[in-house]
Amino acid sequence: MSRVVSLYRSSVGKKSLMAVSGIILIGFVFGHMAGNLKAFEAVGESGVHPLDSYAQFLREVGYPLIPEYGLLWGVRLALLAAVGVHIVAAYQLWRQSRAARTRRYHKPDSQVFSYASRTMRWGGVIIVLFVIYHLLHFTTGDVHPDFEYGSVYQNLVIGFQSVPVALFYIVAVGALSLHLYHGIWSVFATLGVQNPRVERLRRPLAAGLSLVLFLGYVSVPIAVMIGVLD
Amino acid sequence: MNLTLHVWRQTGPRDKGGFETYRADDVSESMSFLDMLDLVNEELTLAGKEPIAFEHDCREGICGSCGMMINGVAHGPQKLITACQLHMRSFRDGDEIWIEPFRATAFPVMRDLVVDRNSFDRVIQAGGYISVRTGSAQDANATPIPKPDADRAFDAAACIGCGACVAACPNASAMLFTAAKAAHLSYVPQGQTERLDRALSMAQRHDEEGFGNCTNHGACQEACPKGISVDYIARLNRDVLKGTLSKAGSTSGD
Repeated sequence: MSRVVSLYRSSVGKKSLMAVSGIILIGFVFGHMAGNLKAFEAVGESGVHPLDSYAQFLREVGYPLIPEYGLLWGVRLALLAAVGVHIVAAYQLWRQSRAARTRRYHKPDSQVFSYASRTMRWGGVIIVLFVIYHLLHFTTGDVHPDFEYGSVYQNLVIGFQSVPVALFYIVAVGALSLHLYHGIWSVFATLGVQNPRVERLRRPLAAGLSLVLFLGYVSVPIAVMIGVLD
Repeated sequence: MNLTLHVWRQTGPRDKGGFETYRADDVSESMSFLDMLDLVNEELTLAGKEPIAFEHDCREGICGSCGMMINGVAHGPQKLITACQLHMRSFRDGDEIWIEPFRATAFPVMRDLVVDRNSFDRVIQAGGYISVRTGSAQDANATPIPKPDADRAFDAAACIGCGACVAACPNASAMLFTAAKAAHLSYVPQGQTERLDRALSMAQRHDEEGFGNCTNHGACQEACPKGISVDYIARLNRDVLKGTLSKAGSTSGD
């Protein structure tokens, strides 16, 4: 514990906590994306959509060793903790940086920043708002027009049949991919990875993973919009 | 060529300051940027006005004294040079040029374009040195150092401490400076004994001086007149993390 506390004292330490919590969240978004692709699987003999049975599996995995919903809630709490650390550290680092330059330049900088790196903070805020909406939409169903608990596939199709909602999802996933592009690139520097072979792979890895994530996520709303999934 | 300059004027650290507009006429394209400012200052002096204060010393890109934001870019539009090495042929007749001091809380403006960069010295004082005795000049070759390490140490040691990295960084972070000053010692055997302590105390001092933190934009590397790579920041991060994790718990609450 004292190690975490002393890490937290320095800005390098805070950034490393952001990197580690970021890696956890990257793991989650890829797992989530893989799960989403179950939407494309054909319905088997049981008549239950594979996406629904996958959701059921997540609820009861490990039963009876782990109580029902046990792993699901365990993962949810871990993710919540990771999000909390990520946001609190980001906020504190932002405050430090804001105080480090109180007067801006008259001429805006014309140095080359990537769009992704410039939008990390606002992008993060957009992602948080999106996640809240997403949970109310597909998890609790509060903002869903016709939500039925357990019928994940049906909820998904009905949800994305609204074009503005589907477009909002696509934009939000775009924001997430941009965030990850700079995030994955940054993780290596923040955690001090120095291997030159890894160094060469950083850009392609960051670009490739964020592209895969983007395509994987947008495929579902697009498929609903063009009628492949119904 | 004839130019319009908008120059930041500020009489002292407590003055609010503001832009003043000056004309620079008959500027030769062979002049350096500082020569051009000298020309403007001569006219200001003749007119009985206060000349524009700016720092300069070697005027050949080695000392790190000169440094200003020229149209929002540290050391101006050309890469890998300092403001004194910038020639007026980089500009065109009729150009408007905005000239500002480096802006950072840790670099308070002393006067016009002159900023106080003592915070850099205090980061060095926190650990940018070695305490072991390495012998006299003839002992230099007694400790063989692999060529790649020597090159990396030397590339980091090229830092002239001008502060362009801080000026260009959107977070006003001095991580590139701090990392370079730690790295040129961490690549050589003489710097190993205090390596982690050095990284820890320099990084801590960096934060205490009021610099921001690195968000991996790479603006510092673009602005650096010596082309110092952001890879050194990764190395500093690594040493800081190693130091923090190996020391936590072992020291009694300092």
